[in-house]
Amino acid sequence: MATVALKTVRKVYAGGMEAVKGIDLTVPDGALCVLVGPSGCGKSTLLRMIAGLEEISSGTIEIDGRVVNALEPAERDIAMVFQNYALYPHMSVYDNMAYGLRNRGTPKPEIERKVREAARMLELGSLLDRRPRQLSGGQRQRVAMGRAIVRDPKVFLFDEPLSNLDAKLRGQMRVEIRKLQRDLGVTSIYVTHDQLEAMTLADVLVVMNSGRIEQVGAPLDVYEEPATTFVASFIGAPPMNLLTPDHLSAVGAVLEGLLPADAVTVGIRPEDLGTVEAKSAEAGSAGLITFDVTIDVLEPVGAESYLYARVQDASVVVRLPGRAAVPETGKLKVAAPVDKLHFFDTHGKRVDPVPVAARRLG
Amino acid sequence: MPERTEAGTTSRSRRSPWVSHAVLIAGILIVVFPIYYTFVASTLSLQQILRPPLQLLPGSHFLDNYYEALFGGLGRVGGINVWTLLLNTSIVALSVAVGKIVISILSAYAIVFFRFPFRMTFFWVIFITLMLPVEVRILPTYKVMVDLGLIDTYTGLTLPLMASATATLLFRQFFMTIPGELLEAARVDGAGPWRFFFDFVLPLSKTNIAALFVILFIYGWTQYLWPLLVTNSNDMNTIIIALRKMISYADADTQWHLVMVTTIFAILPPVAVVVLMQRWFVKGLVETEK
Amino acid sequence: MTSRVIFPHKVLPYLLLVPQIAITLVFFYWPASQALRQSTLREDPFGLVTTFVGLGNFRQVLSDPDYIGSVQTTIIFSAATALIPMAIALVLAVMADKVIKGRGFYRTLMIWPYAVAPAIAGMLWLFLFNPTIGTFAYMLRRAGYDWDPLLNGNQAMLMIIMAAAWKQISYNFLFFVAGLQAIPKSLLEAAAVDGAREVKRFWTIVFPLLAPTSFFLLVVNTVYAFFDTFGIIHAVTSGGPGKATETLVYKVYNDGFVNLMLGSSAAQSVILMGIVIALTAIQFRYVERKVHYA
Repeated sequence: MATVALKTVRKVYAGGMEAVKGIDLTVPDGALCVLVGPSGCGKSTLLRMIAGLEEISSGTIEIDGRVVNALEPAERDIAMVFQNYALYPHMSVYDNMAYGLRNRGTPKPEIERKVREAARMLELGSLLDRRPRQLSGGQRQRVAMGRAIVRDPKVFLFDEPLSNLDAKLRGQMRVEIRKLQRDLGVTSIYVTHDQLEAMTLADVLVVMNSGRIEQVGAPLDVYEEPATTFVASFIGAPPMNLLTPDHLSAVGAVLEGLLPADAVTVGIRPEDLGTVEAKSAEAGSAGLITFDVTIDVLEPVGAESYLYARVQDASVVVRLPGRAAVPETGKLKVAAPVDKLHFFDTHGKRVDPVPVAARRLG
Repeated sequence: MPERTEAGTTSRSRRSPWVSHAVLIAGILIVVFPIYYTFVASTLSLQQILRPPLQLLPGSHFLDNYYEALFGGLGRVGGINVWTLLLNTSIVALSVAVGKIVISILSAYAIVFFRFPFRMTFFWVIFITLMLPVEVRILPTYKVMVDLGLIDTYTGLTLPLMASATATLLFRQFFMTIPGELLEAARVDGAGPWRFFFDFVLPLSKTNIAALFVILFIYGWTQYLWPLLVTNSNDMNTIIIALRKMISYADADTQWHLVMVTTIFAILPPVAVVVLMQRWFVKGLVETEK
Repeated sequence: MTSRVIFPHKVLPYLLLVPQIAITLVFFYWPASQALRQSTLREDPFGLVTTFVGLGNFRQVLSDPDYIGSVQTTIIFSAATALIPMAIALVLAVMADKVIKGRGFYRTLMIWPYAVAPAIAGMLWLFLFNPTIGTFAYMLRRAGYDWDPLLNGNQAMLMIIMAAAWKQISYNFLFFVAGLQAIPKSLLEAAAVDGAREVKRFWTIVFPLLAPTSFFLLVVNTVYAFFDTFGIIHAVTSGGPGKATETLVYKVYNDGFVNLMLGSSAAQSVILMGIVIALTAIQFRYVERKVHYA
């Protein structure tokens, strides 16, 4: 068990491409830290640098207070679960899990005990003699986990471990990983491009974009107060609606007194938009803004419905509860509580809303 | 290849397959007859062989001829018996096959799994040897052998044949299909280059090695120009060179029945290797060259 | 994606390469460079004085009627040796693709010649056609045909072509079988639905799709005919009678080793190197295109 501390870590490839542009990050002991971002944002490179599979161009990586920059992967006391599992095709499940322990000279009875223990936890007991190709996707995934667990490492590293599973299995395994990580209490760093996976798994959520950290925080904090327009549109599905004040004014929204000085973008989550009746009840004393949207498509998915609409040339998504009683074409007046609005400046940075007291004055 | 038997039948001739079988049997006759004929001749007496046409079924001298060839000493090549010739040829074929595999797998491993200055230069140095077969550099290579004192030695017979681009290229191609994640996982599990080589690369290359072994064993066994150049003494002859010496001074005294037996011995081991290891050999051959 | 993962060691890869590079330099590059050097030198008959003659040896070789004759011999021999086994193997492979029973049996016998050394292949056919002991020679003579490959150049050529082509049937057969199996059966079914009969299907679908395999085999067979058949010629005809079966490779050997014309032999070696380079280049351009198909 250990904290992992990254200090101005950079990765520059031989061609001059800078994949990771100076990352500072501390993962507390026992936490599950999820690095999330679009492909090419440097999250995998960062993970592989922590693993020791990529050289570190500058900066330092500490695991449990020890700088590991110059150490081989095997010397860093980490275990890794790979995207394609990287199970050893010519070894049995047992040998796959035992291999790392044998290389460290662990005594045979102890290997046996640890492998059996991990197999029991992961319900792999009856599969120990099989070869990887005889296993289903979910079973392979478990073996990959088992291989990491038996090593009893200071840190678990996960590189998009669920991306090869179908949706249903992915959900199940997500829960299993979360549970296992809690039970073992091992500091973990988990890379994914799936924001849902990131939200549900993380103690610490790190959103990355083009080699930089956009925001670090607890998942719900990040969701509720995205630091940038990038985070706002990346976390949450469907993504946050981003509109200019001009768009909103043009369709009847009254923003006077609400708009902070630097704000050039207004963000509204799809679920914060709704019919005027529904949202008036929610908003209480905070007040509402209302405006007209032009309906494109209504998508009922059961528990909720998505209304895809336009405000001039910008598109807007509205998440309506249940079977929505709205027309399928034409115009609709929608509303959002004033205290659910997000504001961003010209650099895409979050701007604090105008304090309630000041609003009245305006 | 799987499921083609079923799917294939629709496209196959609905007429009786006997035409196909007849053509194939004719083909087999062309392919096998010369060998069979030699086998028949190896069971006949010298007098029978000298009076063609030969009979189509084996004769009664099988034991006599084979006994004489194995234990009698063959007059025409300086009293060297078939054992020595077989031993020499086996040594050549086995050392060439094993040596080539070892040398090639090591250099392919270096080229694929490491990054170092002049890596591509080395690759090209190896690749270009494809274009320098011994046939185009006969004399100077012979001179090197003389200077190094390798004439009439097993080293001389085998060492120069051990470096070849084909095997290295094959291993390189195969290594590049080993997923990078496997190497990463192994490194996280504490495997260094040697351990990765013995625990992963070798076991995963088993089929390739088997196929290559067959191909290279045949290559070594059937060498002609090279042993012709670097052996003078009869007791260093390979069986093929010895045979050539037996028939090239052909005259009335040529022991044709022993020539036939020796020919069968020259054919049998490589054919046995190819037939017994057929599955790997065919797969390896077709995949190597493509 | 990113380049493949590697070991960070700096010295080990060189050690791994040492055996192959050492052998290559000593037995391949040094002799080849010596051949290049020798090809520009000429020795007097006693081997005492060596003079630099530039391209003189090449000029001499290329204007030598014996060399031109050898080029012709090589072309005839190589063309026949390359094409005959392809034709036979294609027919056999198509038949083998049709039958269900006995495939393994046919293949097992069909690969025998691959394991037979070229020189031995030559001897096998010599045993059949040798004027003294050959049964076929006997039958030909009984039929009134004047058969003596030891005296008749054309007959000698025919005999070595038979031996060389026979040995190569196995290899071509295996590749055509693999080529046929790679043709998607749905194509043939589509053609059948489109009304093409079996023979038509072969010529319009199968044969064009085998073109890459055929071209590959043509190159491989040509290389084989040029270089690997040395044993056949040396063991069966020694280039004779006269110079009727003296191919380019045999001539390099004969001029260098037997006649000791070092400069001329070296010049011929260099010309052969040029031919190998061209053939290898063709082969690899083809392989590259193959990759794009896949």
